[in-house]
Amino acid sequence: MLRAFLIALALCVSLPGPTVAQTLQDILQTHADLVAKPSRKTVGVVLDDLAASNLPQAVDFLEAWQGREVVRRASDGRFFRKEGDALVDLDTGEVISSDIDAKPVRPNGGVRRAIGEVLVQFQLSSPDLSRRQAAVEAIARSPAADQLAPLSASIPDEPDPSLKARKAQLAQMLTARFADDTATRVAAIAALSGSMSIETRAVLNQILATRPGVAASLPDDANIATVLTPGSDALSREDAYAHLVDAGLAPAPVTAAAIRDALIANIDGETVGGVAVADLDTDAARATAYVALATAGIVPPPVTDADREAALDAHVFYTLYAEDDPAVTTAAEEALTAIETRVGVNQVLDLSLDALSLASIYFLAAIGLAITFGVMGVINMAHGEFIMMGAYTGYVVQLVVPDYTLSILLALPLAFAVTFGAGVAMERLVIRWLYHRPLETLLATFGISIALQQLAKNVFGTQARPLTSPGWLDGAWVLNDVVAISYIRIAIFVLALTFLALILFVLNRTRLGLEVRAVTQNPGMAASMGINPDRINMLTFGLGSGIAGIAGVAIGLYAKVTSEMGTDYIVQSFMTVVVGGVGNVWGTLAGAALIGFLQKGIEWFNPSNTLAAQTYMILFIILFIQFRPKGIVALRGRAAGD
Amino acid sequence: MTRPTPSSVRKYLGGARGGSAPSPGATPLGGARPFVMRHPSVLWFLLALSAFTLGVTFLSDAFGIGLLSTSFVKTLGKTLCLCLVAIAMDVVWGYCGILSLGHFAFFGIGGYAIGMWLMYARTERIVEASLAEAPLPPTEQEVIDAIGVQIFGVVGSSEFPALWAFADSLALQLLMVALVPGLLALVFGWLAFRSRVTGVYLSILTQAMTLALSLYLFQNDSGLRGNNGLSGLQNIPGFEAVPQSVISIVFLWASALALGLGYVLFAWVVSGKMGSVIRAIRDDEARVRFLGYHVESYKLFVFTLTAIVAGIAGALYYPQAGIINPAEIAPIASIYLAVWVAIGGRGRLYGAVIGAAFVSLLSSWFTGGGAPDIPLGFYTIQWTDWWLVLLGVSFVVVTLFFPKGIGGLFDHLVRKDP
Repeated sequence: MLRAFLIALALCVSLPGPTVAQTLQDILQTHADLVAKPSRKTVGVVLDDLAASNLPQAVDFLEAWQGREVVRRASDGRFFRKEGDALVDLDTGEVISSDIDAKPVRPNGGVRRAIGEVLVQFQLSSPDLSRRQAAVEAIARSPAADQLAPLSASIPDEPDPSLKARKAQLAQMLTARFADDTATRVAAIAALSGSMSIETRAVLNQILATRPGVAASLPDDANIATVLTPGSDALSREDAYAHLVDAGLAPAPVTAAAIRDALIANIDGETVGGVAVADLDTDAARATAYVALATAGIVPPPVTDADREAALDAHVFYTLYAEDDPAVTTAAEEALTAIETRVGVNQVLDLSLDALSLASIYFLAAIGLAITFGVMGVINMAHGEFIMMGAYTGYVVQLVVPDYTLSILLALPLAFAVTFGAGVAMERLVIRWLYHRPLETLLATFGISIALQQLAKNVFGTQARPLTSPGWLDGAWVLNDVVAISYIRIAIFVLALTFLALILFVLNRTRLGLEVRAVTQNPGMAASMGINPDRINMLTFGLGSGIAGIAGVAIGLYAKVTSEMGTDYIVQSFMTVVVGGVGNVWGTLAGAALIGFLQKGIEWFNPSNTLAAQTYMILFIILFIQFRPKGIVALRGRAAGD
Repeated sequence: MTRPTPSSVRKYLGGARGGSAPSPGATPLGGARPFVMRHPSVLWFLLALSAFTLGVTFLSDAFGIGLLSTSFVKTLGKTLCLCLVAIAMDVVWGYCGILSLGHFAFFGIGGYAIGMWLMYARTERIVEASLAEAPLPPTEQEVIDAIGVQIFGVVGSSEFPALWAFADSLALQLLMVALVPGLLALVFGWLAFRSRVTGVYLSILTQAMTLALSLYLFQNDSGLRGNNGLSGLQNIPGFEAVPQSVISIVFLWASALALGLGYVLFAWVVSGKMGSVIRAIRDDEARVRFLGYHVESYKLFVFTLTAIVAGIAGALYYPQAGIINPAEIAPIASIYLAVWVAIGGRGRLYGAVIGAAFVSLLSSWFTGGGAPDIPLGFYTIQWTDWWLVLLGVSFVVVTLFFPKGIGGLFDHLVRKDP
């Protein structure tokens, strides 16, 4: 006993000037019992004192306390932070060996929340930037009324400009929701209407939160959002009656299941309520039996339709704002409408960007097909497999060259070379024998398609292979809270534009293009002018296939590379070519744009169901072909052929 | 595109070779002899089909010596149905020149139509049996609700969609088997033929139709159980006590009967004056139009009739397969159908039958692990992996070098003794 006293005395003496500068331990010892056995109600005193002390070490203590890492030494009642097996002095950070018996302090959930709230104050003005950011985000996740004061207080001293802006924004939201007087809140809400973030909309929606209400007549003092008519879209008669039952204003309806159970419970020999059990296979018979039981007082009386109508007519149904102040809800309503209008405009913009990127993918996938189909009149069902080949070429290059930027730059020409070769080989071996039998080309190339697909499956396996884009293509270009587009999609868009320019250049400005156009228009005449149609056909087919290979690399960057990826694009590519009009690069562009925008548009109306979007799009295309059988850009005159 | 040659019309007359040498002008209807006598190939085919059916019956488990397992009898029965849809495809493509990539969709629709009744009726019996235990006799609504929960539970619904309005009636649902594919073909064909969509465009359009249909069926809220499809179709309501071995023979006979009737029907359609017009449309559509024929009506008739037959074939196929799901309708299936017909030989009905039977049986032999692996020392060719490569390549070879397919071999046999 004496020894313990001496130790305590020694400790007290060793502390520097306890009366002048208060230590954390002193504050804790003042409220020792409250710290050791804290409860939600009593912990406030301790926390207030800690907050008032403004001690830097208090943050560490609060975190440890919240994390249940604080222990109390039994011998002298002092508190320590526990680190592994060691005890750490709260003020000095000195490590003390652990063989002294110490009891852990275990605050309950409510106390830990209270600690957390105080902790936020300290964290908001912590010298460590990342800690301040974490505190701000913690407030954003679970905003509460009592955070407003510390948050606002911390704004003027905030050194980091972006965090300062964030704090101000957050304070605005908290003000809008939790400030005391109406004028401040309305002003804050008006200020919020400039932002489009999901957070702002969530704040406004929370202010506008409603709950259903029902009464005999409209209450005067309540802040009513809308008055509902039973039987309208917003409130069905069944739901309205259910509200009445919930409010205790009408008896619960007796459901068919309840009638059945009541009848089963009251079977008396072969009859229930005077009706034979065997006859109870219609709702009418069951109702008769139930009424008989109800008359006898065995079961509660049924609610007839007339009762129900009368009850509905006798009450008004409305929704009620949780917020009592009408000025606030009106302001919030106006702000939300303004925001939603702007969000709508921006969503259209975002959707257009999406559609544009989809269109460029379709264009890349289809332009090779348009060249072979349009120029040569040959339909290539293996086009999708050339896309797959290009993607797998990219994958193999990445296996060899680990640098992603370099491997993509290598993969693009290599994919072109591989599929160009495959295309030329296919033209030489198969297609040239079938020039006058277009339907048979379709079937022969389909045979090649299934063989190639299975071959890829045998070589690369069935699981999807990744084609990783270089690091500088990660992420997205964010315009504002609504509009964003990933860099890969921008890259694909640029690639599509490049190829559009390249193909237009080749077809219109080079000798090869001139010869291709000549062979397209009249092979016989071209041949008599010294052009070799065989060679031109071969090169055209190779060119179309090569572009498919490059499209494969581009598609592989954002989708997985599988042996079946070609089939996903082949029908879309055909649609693009057919809708756009055969034999014209601009037609393919128009077709790709139409299909891309259409698909995104349909998805916008029915966003949960991409399958339905595709179905409707195909139906649209089938109908479109009825009205423009030659596509959007139809060739006229001699070039149109038949 | 295909330049008509004077002989091409005669060449494609198939089995009609034995009778009066028909020229495009002379009417083949002129002969007083019975239809089958003028078309001996029909007779030969019917004989072969009967022999096959009887042979299988005598080798089966249920009525014979038990050499063929029930599942193999079912495979043979299914093959007969595939032959039926293949001759429909042959008529529309080989005779009329419309490469439809949608006839397997009609086949699937027929399967769905009969599957709805099979599933509804069977679930109804199960539900009634389980509700019979209840203390109160069930009301009609309770039975329907319970069936709904049973059938649509997998897609998180219990309401009967409007599509199932007739599912409780076998007669109406059988009507649907023919009516739905027929109407779809009629509307689609009318739209397509009216705006003169031909050749490759038409093929792609029919493929788009097939894709749209299968994508639609893949949705859970399509009312046909999404990608779960309809299952348990091998259990025929009311015949639960009959063993599957007997049911398989019954379906084999039904499929054989349908194939025989279908063969005679199509042989009749493609013979005679109408047959000549149909073939002429294939060879030069514009010229037939200038001759005053209403080309669109002929095409529409052939397209719709073959779609109905495809639907009937599907209705016979899927009770033997036991399950139908949207993957069966995917565009690839319709292309395989074209592959069968091309390998068997277009423009002759028995060619389509041979192609469908040969390729589909060979395919199940190869993919079922029946074919022995070929060790090459450094690599072993496993046919389950390489069968599709072989099929694809042989398809190219057939298209390039044997445009008449397997059926073309018969020409050599016939030509020896003119």
